[in-house]
Amino acid sequence: MLAFLLKRLAVVVPTFLGITLLVFSLIRMIPGDPVEALSGERGMEPERYARLMHEFGLDRPLPVQYFEFVGRTLKGDLGYSIVSHEPVLREFLDRFPATLELALCAILFAMLIGIPAGMLAAVKRNTPVDYGVMGVSLAGYSMPIFWWALLLILFFSVQLGWTPVSGRLDILYDPPKVTGLMLIDAWLSGEEGAFRSAASHLVLPTIALGTIPLATLARMTRSAMLEVLREDYIRAARAKGLSPFRVVVKHALRNALIPVVTVLGLQVGVLMGGAVLTETIFAWPGIGKWLIEAIHRRDYPVVQGGILLTATLVIVVNLVVDLLYGVINPRIRHPR
Amino acid sequence: MRRTHLPLLIAGLLALAPAHAAKTLVYCAEGSPESLTRLFANGQTTADAGAQIADTLLDFKPGTAELQAALAESWTISPDGLSYTFKLRRGVKFHRSASFTPSRDFNADDVLFTWNRQADKSHPYHTLAGNLAFVQFNNLRMDENVARLEKLDDYTIRFVLKKPEAPFLTRMSFDMLGIQSAEYAAKLSAAGTPDKLDREPIGTGPFQYAGYQKDTAIRYKAFDQHWRGRPKIDALVFSIVPDAAVQFAKLKTGECHVSTSVKPADVAQIEKTPGLNLIQQPGLNTGYIALNTQKKPFTDRRVRQALDLAIDRNAILGAVYQGRATLAKSLLPPAYWAADTKLPALAYAPDKAKALLASAGFPQGFDMELWYLPVVRPHNPDGKRMAEMIQADLAKIGVRVKLATFEWGEYLKRSRAGEHQAVMFGWLSGNGEPDNYFEPLLSCDAAKSGGNLTRWCDPAFEELLQRARRTSDRAERTRLYAKAQEALRDAVPQLLIAHGNRFGVTRKEVTGFVLEPTYGLNFQTVDLAR
Repeated sequence: MLAFLLKRLAVVVPTFLGITLLVFSLIRMIPGDPVEALSGERGMEPERYARLMHEFGLDRPLPVQYFEFVGRTLKGDLGYSIVSHEPVLREFLDRFPATLELALCAILFAMLIGIPAGMLAAVKRNTPVDYGVMGVSLAGYSMPIFWWALLLILFFSVQLGWTPVSGRLDILYDPPKVTGLMLIDAWLSGEEGAFRSAASHLVLPTIALGTIPLATLARMTRSAMLEVLREDYIRAARAKGLSPFRVVVKHALRNALIPVVTVLGLQVGVLMGGAVLTETIFAWPGIGKWLIEAIHRRDYPVVQGGILLTATLVIVVNLVVDLLYGVINPRIRHPR
Repeated sequence: MRRTHLPLLIAGLLALAPAHAAKTLVYCAEGSPESLTRLFANGQTTADAGAQIADTLLDFKPGTAELQAALAESWTISPDGLSYTFKLRRGVKFHRSASFTPSRDFNADDVLFTWNRQADKSHPYHTLAGNLAFVQFNNLRMDENVARLEKLDDYTIRFVLKKPEAPFLTRMSFDMLGIQSAEYAAKLSAAGTPDKLDREPIGTGPFQYAGYQKDTAIRYKAFDQHWRGRPKIDALVFSIVPDAAVQFAKLKTGECHVSTSVKPADVAQIEKTPGLNLIQQPGLNTGYIALNTQKKPFTDRRVRQALDLAIDRNAILGAVYQGRATLAKSLLPPAYWAADTKLPALAYAPDKAKALLASAGFPQGFDMELWYLPVVRPHNPDGKRMAEMIQADLAKIGVRVKLATFEWGEYLKRSRAGEHQAVMFGWLSGNGEPDNYFEPLLSCDAAKSGGNLTRWCDPAFEELLQRARRTSDRAERTRLYAKAQEALRDAVPQLLIAHGNRFGVTRKEVTGFVLEPTYGLNFQTVDLAR
């Protein structure tokens, strides 16, 4: 197990370095710079521009800037936002709970609907139920998030009035920040209606963000189930006279879940990508929205630090999933 | 659970039942403020957010671009135009918070503190905010012409200028001079928490800071002791909603009451929506095309005049602005006191244009490149469409136009560097000071620093601008600016197009909301019908 872990970790280091290089160079490839973005349409005198570029160290050669960035990052210092003057890490941690809450709800939503739907499609293979589930999931998978989100708002919020349009909580409430997770903070505040408001604000962003993972999980579960259902031990279980429910849930699903877990890990990346769009549309104050604004303002430290932290998160989750996979499936731990 | 009850149950669970006890007005803001005072950033949301909390020495009469007394009760300008003496208002209270109870009213020390913290590099509160602090103060070179600021007594201050500068008075209304409390600053310094000064701001404004959830909302409560009287609403919330379509949805459902970030393309739909009011007014902005007068063939005035005559502006007004704009006659919007309303409309005369081109040595026309705006701006809702129409117009006089554009940041950078032949641009300045149009866009200084995209520097015109800057006599300034506008008519460094209208939306229950031509946001007299 240790060797397995070390092998995995050995891949993490170059990946991490690759990300630092990528994020550092990509943001600099976008035309403009933080000082330019700050001066706006009115412009800035060349001397002042040069002085500010110097003060930010942006006039030094790129390799020097890069190695300084990596050096500081290794020491755990992600620098300060050029716009807000706050430490990047603090800004990230302020916003991360919002993204975490949304991502957890979205993945939960995707699992609770996606896995049973995939099972149903597998069991009812080549029936209208199967076609229905697969058709809907294909549609869900191919739907652009921003469009899907706007449709949800127009239907559920504007037409039916069931859910609020955007935000995390009704403006009436302002619960003290304890965990940063609005559902919990609203609950803890004890204010009447606060929890319900937080929950209702989560519904549409959860659906918008969870739809693609849901579709992926449904399709993955279906194909994994179909594979397993053909196995001899399933036939044996059926022959023993076990109820179809027991056969499917106890014998087939457990084994079918192994590839599903891997896909679940990969969904973290999808969720982070989707969060950028979802958060912008639903005015959800998470890291996706924060990063987008930082890119607009060419706030280099925020873009670099924010993407690095997000990427680290995705790497860590995938590492955990890899390890978990090893735990579920001993063949991966001990290759013959 | 029976399936038939499910929708009801969901609706029950999700409905937002709580009734609004106090009158809370929600304003849909386009973005998050970079800070709660305009000291550190130049974005519009930052300006709007800070303006609720802090008052300035002067501000504008509601609905106009006319300066009026605010924290300064009155002012006098010395005959040589070098000293500006302000009598400060007495009895103005500062906000009170959990951590600060003011022991005195607003006085000259607060003005000195607010100014010095930005102008004096050795001020303890100057260095606090890091390199980029006071971006607006520095960008506008606020202290360049100020020799000193003096306190004559507790309620009198005097700015002494290095040279006469009539536009100086308008500067006293700028957001970054929103007065902060010197007493609060001293108290925070003593407590070792100076950074709270800008994070938990205390001011004298109509609304008191009550909290900011990053990227979500800024909360204010009405300030009972405001010197202009208490606002009619009890609380104000800036709800941060970046997406225009979502803002529109929130207005419809009542989650927002007011929005001023309306896309021209949505205007027609808003007008049709029951429950919403569209507010529309001529905007204080100007869309134009800057011809680079240092590049051939635009070095020749006749060529510039020919292009000016060849553009069918009425067609552009209809197709690009959907009629929601005023055709430009001058660089100054018509509502400016210095705008020369006697100027005739710009003519459309392709035949005359052809003749002019021939006399300039281009009977067969020529090839040129026109850069069009890559973004939607209040002065131009659709740069590309406008460019295509101009391309077609100029083709009629033999001028072959190639269209090009860049990413917005790159566009600004390249055009300031003078790489363009002709570039579509625009200006937005609502503070009523004509110098804010002419100086940054057409002065010789700006031609050197790049802001003057025409790179046109005419000594006679420059002299008019300088004279108008030196005198504070409104009639004399009007006369000088009229001459300047005539000179521009003849020289045509810019092809003026239009002043785009400004839009806002309110829900029907909102009363008293006025779109300020100065682009400020004033909620003091706004009310909500129950």
